Amino acid sequence: MKKENKIWQVITASSLGTLIEWYDFYIFGSLATVIAGQFFPKTNPTAALLSTLATFAAGFIVRPFGALFFGRLGDLVGRKYTFLLTLVLMGGSTFAIGLVPSYESIGFAAPIIVLTLRLLQGLALGGEYGGAATYVAEHAPVGRRGYYTSWIQTTATLGLFVSLSVILFTRHSLDVDPAVSIAKFNAWGWRIPFLFSIVLVGVSIYIRLKMQESPLFSKLKSEGAISANPLKESFGHKENLKMVLLALFGATMGQGVVWYTGQFYAQSFIENVCKIDFDQSRTILIWAILFGTPLFVVFGSWSDKIGRKWIMLVGMFLAVVTYNPLFKGLLDLSDTATKTEVVAAATSKINSVSIPNTQNFVRTALSTKSYTDGTIVTTTTTDTLYANPMQTTIKPVVKISKVLANSVYWKMVLIVFIMIVYVTMVYGPIAAFLVELFPTKIRYTSMSLPYHIGNGVFGGLTPFIATLLTTMYTADALAGLQYPIIVAAVSVIIGTLYLDSKINIQHD
Amino acid sequence: MNQIKKLAGIIWLLLGPACIYFIVRAAAHEIAVKPGVDTVVQWGVFVVIFIPIAIGMSIFGYYALKGEYNH
Repeated sequence: MKKENKIWQVITASSLGTLIEWYDFYIFGSLATVIAGQFFPKTNPTAALLSTLATFAAGFIVRPFGALFFGRLGDLVGRKYTFLLTLVLMGGSTFAIGLVPSYESIGFAAPIIVLTLRLLQGLALGGEYGGAATYVAEHAPVGRRGYYTSWIQTTATLGLFVSLSVILFTRHSLDVDPAVSIAKFNAWGWRIPFLFSIVLVGVSIYIRLKMQESPLFSKLKSEGAISANPLKESFGHKENLKMVLLALFGATMGQGVVWYTGQFYAQSFIENVCKIDFDQSRTILIWAILFGTPLFVVFGSWSDKIGRKWIMLVGMFLAVVTYNPLFKGLLDLSDTATKTEVVAAATSKINSVSIPNTQNFVRTALSTKSYTDGTIVTTTTTDTLYANPMQTTIKPVVKISKVLANSVYWKMVLIVFIMIVYVTMVYGPIAAFLVELFPTKIRYTSMSLPYHIGNGVFGGLTPFIATLLTTMYTADALAGLQYPIIVAAVSVIIGTLYLDSKINIQHD
Repeated sequence: MNQIKKLAGIIWLLLGPACIYFIVRAAAHEIAVKPGVDTVVQWGVFVVIFIPIAIGMSIFGYYALKGEYNH
């Protein structure tokens, strides 16, 4: 009983800290468009958004370097202090982002500081996950590692859930008038989720300080058997390097793209391609995550009984064969061409505001259409009304926002939930899979690198590359899916051929 | 099965250089079509980050071809 209590203390301390790190990491991505307006030149909104996305990508790309740096440290000095350090680094960086003055106040120093802090976040995350997964696995009984480490696996998705919830709550609680509240949020309220992080990190550090070092690492240390050079042993020796490469190409690469397609790209697709309203595009994901999260533990536990390999690979395979119809389903549900308009309910309003020191006006036309199923579509067209009648705006800015009817909304939740099920299949067992692939003395280093290349580079760049593909092949709204489908398909083939399905445990 | 693993190793061995060629060609094409800092930065990041991974794929293929993953 005492041992059982201890493992739950370990899981709670590790999971809470890891959840907070994911929360810290995701609020930046979730607020990309708002941050773009604050820290990057506003003259070209696309450039500003791309700059933020590039910063977002930079956050992912440095993760493998964090994995190497902190992984080595964790194999040399221990798991506990290393992942305590990553928590402090992550919390400090997140809090500092909330304090950086805008581009208008301090010029180019603003985006440079933000970029630096974002890189530090990426480094910290690179060191955190491997430490937490290793720490829990080394406390868990050998035959139950899938079940116990699956609690760590819930934290990435729950971190996204908490970040979306905090953002939505803050966005709507700054004023009784919703429009004013949103305006305040865009001006300064976006800083609150960043500043709030320091409270969470403080609590987590307090809990983690009370924990003991991993028993397996302590044993190695007392025997004087820890690695003298974890990097060399991990990647300089063929026997270990070949397992690192197998873990990357046969598992984490596919897992990464499935994870990010099912959550980040799905949300981005619903908002930017299907043109669903800001709040609904996020609450759809929130509900799907809420329903899907328990399945991490189900699949993690199941992997203790039937092995990790086929659960992960079946999840990837289902993603490969169903992504196209699932995303097509999202498009069809939001397509107003198939709906019947209530013509009598249509409204339109034009508002003109003079541009200071000119005789020109900014004209905003707002039209609303309602449909028999309850869907409401608002189109905002903004252009410039010039005093000179020969001059016209070449390309007015058109913004479409659809508020879905209840029945359509829940159908979208169901589709995203299916994608989350795939996420739980590929991600639930993977911590135990990676931990057992490598020996204790170089485990932190060896498992962190393939995880963060697979999850961070292949997965983290999914929304970015998929969006890029849709801008290159504009006729096909589903063109972006080719990237995750091809990457996951290669991973399924490699995993099927080379991963061993019979043995869960190679190393204690 | 071990024979299939070895033969598939040739595919992975060749996939590495093929990926490098595809990424570099796509980067050069995109930069030529839309010259600008944003395009150069985006594609520069892709090239820098994916080339070492593609080399890793070739090493993986080499190990597979040599029978290192045989059971």
